[in-house]
Amino acid sequence: MAMIEVEGLNLSFGEGAEATQVLHDVCFQVGDGEAFGLVGESGSGKTTVLRCLAGQYNHWRGRLSIHGEGLGRKLDHARCRKVQMVFQDPYGSLHPRHTVETALAEPLAIHGMDRRSERIDSILGKVGLPANFRYRYPHQLSGGQRQRVAIARALILEPRILLLDEPTSALDVSVQAEILNLLADLRVRDGLTYLLVTHDLGVVAHLCDRVAVMQQGRIVDLLETSAIVGSQPAHPYTRMLVEASRHYSRDMANPPVAA
Amino acid sequence: MNTSHAPMLDVQDLRIAFRTGEGLVEAVRGVSFQLGREKLAIVGESGSGKSTVGRSLLRLHPRSALISATKMRFGELDLLACSEREMQTVRGRRMSMIMQDPKYSLNPVMRVGDQIAEAYLTHHRVPKKEALDKALAMLETVRIRDPQRVMRMYPHEVSGGMGQRIMIAMMLITDPEVVIADEPTSALDVSVRLQVLATLDDLVSQRGLGLIFISHDLNLVRHFCDRVLVMYAGRVVESIAACDLEQAQHPYTRGLLAALPSVDERRERLPVLQRDPAWLAA
Repeated sequence: MAMIEVEGLNLSFGEGAEATQVLHDVCFQVGDGEAFGLVGESGSGKTTVLRCLAGQYNHWRGRLSIHGEGLGRKLDHARCRKVQMVFQDPYGSLHPRHTVETALAEPLAIHGMDRRSERIDSILGKVGLPANFRYRYPHQLSGGQRQRVAIARALILEPRILLLDEPTSALDVSVQAEILNLLADLRVRDGLTYLLVTHDLGVVAHLCDRVAVMQQGRIVDLLETSAIVGSQPAHPYTRMLVEASRHYSRDMANPPVAA
Repeated sequence: MNTSHAPMLDVQDLRIAFRTGEGLVEAVRGVSFQLGREKLAIVGESGSGKSTVGRSLLRLHPRSALISATKMRFGELDLLACSEREMQTVRGRRMSMIMQDPKYSLNPVMRVGDQIAEAYLTHHRVPKKEALDKALAMLETVRIRDPQRVMRMYPHEVSGGMGQRIMIAMMLITDPEVVIADEPTSALDVSVRLQVLATLDDLVSQRGLGLIFISHDLNLVRHFCDRVLVMYAGRVVESIAACDLEQAQHPYTRGLLAALPSVDERRERLPVLQRDPAWLAA
């Protein structure tokens, strides 16, 4: 059974004649335990899809379902237990005056979960941070460590699905490799389902099984990542994205300048 | 065109330290390089000192910075000995800097045209009309469509790629000899990035500039630049022709290259950089 189903998702902002439609009939399915990538440029609507699934927008039209259950407009506790999100900027997404422990304990308190201290210890171990990090503030952590805390905060409710919004774009390549390895390990160990939004095709090719390419609020291409690796995708826009992530060459920029 | 015989920039044993509450912090520890009419990349992780080197060339550091070098020449000038007044004739006129994010680097309450013209007026005593004409021509050079309209816009009304091209226009309007670009494309989308890089590429080759391209993106630098300096913890660990990057010797450079996820090769795990304390001394 599909873990995430998105059918005919439409979203507009504004009223009447002023309305701008940002998502046009977006459809895709993500299987249980699958890692699915959404790629596209800024403004293509990829993050917006993620935000609809996370319950940050509630005026969408269409059908969203998680694990066979249709999603309502309101965010309820049960849904938060199943779906959690990791944000792009580890510098902006952690409260600067909350310790790691406070940040991790909050979701546990909201959901009335027991054995809080024990859970915090175990989740820190899982994301590869020493147990004494629970007493630290975000400014005492590096970017990669902060992103590990953000992943720990998302995982502490033991969700089935992680929505990842450019989880490594704020990090150095060397740190990015560590976080990508961690995400790959966690998925294998806990059987998680990932929906990853990124503009970096290298990251998608590394982590995901399938990928949807978005442009101006529409999915223009949907393919297996194996079709990208070492080959030329058929769709021209996908091909441009792949080529651009392979290398830079003067000829790729259009229109050519009149010399 | 006189080529790399006489380097435009010659830096030997550059050291930069910052005075902090806990004593001196050494950010750059003995960096040497020369720049001719070429595209030189400085790559490294955050905190490796690459931007600090770039900023020191224009002496943009606060008073807490201690800068020393056995040599820091720009053409006939000794940058370390220059007075502040002399620096003002260099900054923005003969050597200029393109910053990372146009959202934060352009003046939000000034029209685009006025900002670009201001850069020219600071260094040339000409009527405002002439400076504005020059700004308009410059916007065309960086391939902005409908430059008349863009001249009257405010920075928040333009896209990221346009903002970056506006900044390039502003930095090149004075016809500098050296341009320092600090991560000029990392805030941009791939297709926009291609456009901006192509603009830079053309201008560098047409005008015979020296370009210092500060970046953390090895993949980009490999194809865009001529030569690469790899920095680690304030030192240059490797200096290599961009086309030979594949054969890099230093384990740090090799580690950075290996850690890149690739669209052409799928690996179970990405090799994580193993830092060797010896690199700090090397």
